[in-house]
Amino acid sequence: MDILISGLLLGGTYALIAMGLNLQYGVARIMNLANGEMLVLGGLAAFWLFVADGLSPIATVFLVAPLAFAGNWLIYRLLIRPLVRRAKTQGQLDVDSILSTFGMSFIFVGLMVTIHGEYFTYSYLADPFSILGTTVAVNRLVAFIAAVAIGAAICFWLYRTQSGTAVRAVSVSTEAAGLVGINVERVSAFAFAIGGAVTAVGGTLISTFITLDASMGVIFTMKALIIVIMGGVGDIRGAIIAALLLGLVETAVATIIDPGLTLVAAYVIFLSVLLFRPQGLFGRRAS
Amino acid sequence: MDRRSVLRAACTWAAAAGIGALAVTSALAEDTVKIGVVSHKTGPLAGGEAVTHTPNIEMWVKQVNDRGGLKVDGGQKKIELIDYDDKTNPAEHIKAVQRLATQDKVDFMLSPYGTGFNVAAAPIYAKYGYPLIAVSAITDKIPELASRFPNMFFTLGSTTGFVEGARDTLVGLRDAGVIGNRIAMVNVADAFGIELADVARPMLTEAGFEIVYDKSYPLGTPDLSPIIKGAKAAEPDAFVAWSYPPDTFGLTEQAIIEDLDVNAYYTAVATAFPAFSAKFGSKIEGNLGAGGVNPDTPAMQAYREEHKAVTGKEPDYWASATYYASLQILEQAIEGVGTLDRQAVIDYIKTHTFDTVIGPVSFDENNNSERYWSVGQWRDGVFRAVADTGMGDSVKPVAKDGWN
Repeated sequence: MDILISGLLLGGTYALIAMGLNLQYGVARIMNLANGEMLVLGGLAAFWLFVADGLSPIATVFLVAPLAFAGNWLIYRLLIRPLVRRAKTQGQLDVDSILSTFGMSFIFVGLMVTIHGEYFTYSYLADPFSILGTTVAVNRLVAFIAAVAIGAAICFWLYRTQSGTAVRAVSVSTEAAGLVGINVERVSAFAFAIGGAVTAVGGTLISTFITLDASMGVIFTMKALIIVIMGGVGDIRGAIIAALLLGLVETAVATIIDPGLTLVAAYVIFLSVLLFRPQGLFGRRAS
Repeated sequence: MDRRSVLRAACTWAAAAGIGALAVTSALAEDTVKIGVVSHKTGPLAGGEAVTHTPNIEMWVKQVNDRGGLKVDGGQKKIELIDYDDKTNPAEHIKAVQRLATQDKVDFMLSPYGTGFNVAAAPIYAKYGYPLIAVSAITDKIPELASRFPNMFFTLGSTTGFVEGARDTLVGLRDAGVIGNRIAMVNVADAFGIELADVARPMLTEAGFEIVYDKSYPLGTPDLSPIIKGAKAAEPDAFVAWSYPPDTFGLTEQAIIEDLDVNAYYTAVATAFPAFSAKFGSKIEGNLGAGGVNPDTPAMQAYREEHKAVTGKEPDYWASATYYASLQILEQAIEGVGTLDRQAVIDYIKTHTFDTVIGPVSFDENNNSERYWSVGQWRDGVFRAVADTGMGDSVKPVAKDGWN
């Protein structure tokens, strides 16, 4: 029971890390290497407002979400769209977007170091809460609930609304989507901005229980990449399932076998997914 | 374009980005003493460097320049600081040190943050004859390193000295009837954590303790609750974690949530940080950790006030003061010699006793200063030394009484 609950909570954390990148890479087709920095930026906002003004990170979420949405939309319009327009193939776009977002990640790190070069650590809702006999931290539980809400909202949007259908159409094929009258550029910009906002909000929530610092983004980018690739690029359900799976397996290994083997376990599942289902759990086979 | 060329492009970019190291020059007067430092402004160790090293350098340079500069060559010369970022990357670090020595031709260099970086940079300091007064470098290889690099000095103690401090603290608590024999021990699976755990395992067993839980966890583990749950299930009397900053915070938060009921709770790096007590407040009363200082000496009190006034933040209760002491040693040695002759300064450091914020410092035949605090305990918002080597001013440790 311990393993199930702790594992699900950790999976929720991983889902927060990966859902944004899934939208950005799956729909907007931008391999955003500054994804982790966006997450840490959300965490820095929470830390900064909490320490300076005593603002609750939950309130910060509602501040960070629109700001990150606007910021990412601008990034897409100003920095990414020229790349999309000039790229002749998806491969070319991948290279260009990796290079430019990699550069962007340095800018973000530099920015954050000048704001606060030390650890972003504070205490918020670090209280015990008992579920079915298992003690969990309230801040983790809040993050999990938020992850469920965000995941459900995105799924509802993608699978039950017209604009969501358009987004999925773009993720399947930009050409075909354009042919049926979808404004591919707008949908992509929107997906990129939503993805950035989800990531930043994730960072805000995660900062309540993980000590972040300005340079830590790359760790989250790596984790997000693993989860997105495991789940299948462009399928939000895949990312959520992969995140939960990773959380459960890591917690099970840490509890039953040895905490030292959690990373090994994570990469073993990752490798086996790549070996036996290279398109990812929910991915489409390349045609 | 295939995946490989994507990767290649990414790598090329990474390399290109690395070259543009950041240079900050504070004064450009003609006749200055150039002092170089390669610091981790970004990367995994940036958070620690920003607490322990950077503010001290800022404060020291300001103090020396405010009083007119270093007394050399019959006059006074202001310090010009040249500072590069290495992104916590050893290869970048070496390149930047080389650059300081050969292109900027700095007169002296300050020591880097982290044992690995001190050891990695030592050959270059030795090659160009720079004194290296290492602070954030704790190792059992001091005699070997000192014989290979006669320009290298050590101030913060050895791994064994550190673990001995922790052991003596635990033995003291056991003799006082505060704890029993059962110890839960965990460590971060990274250089310093592994080294400390390897030294501690036989040492604690030999002292009659029973290690009832002994696990390691990878650096950056996002959820440390299985570890605290596991340790709690082993019903220990004391909990010892050879941890790094993020996990020192994470383990302690989980210990509070799980109400890990031990009468001795030890975490290593970052327990001495002001951020640690800012985060946990009164809950960490009685927590043990690496470091500690004697906050009662007039020199230490003056230092802490000055640090706060100049940099706007509190120094930590461990290596901050020692790092500042290393700057004082360099300053006194340069002025003692009266010129910028580096070999003369090295000889001066070897043969003299220096009056510093942590008391008098001198170096033995292994270039090692055998005066350092090794374990501290949070008492009423101050992290007081409860174990030391050669200091003799530690207080007795007391029981940790719950997480309130």
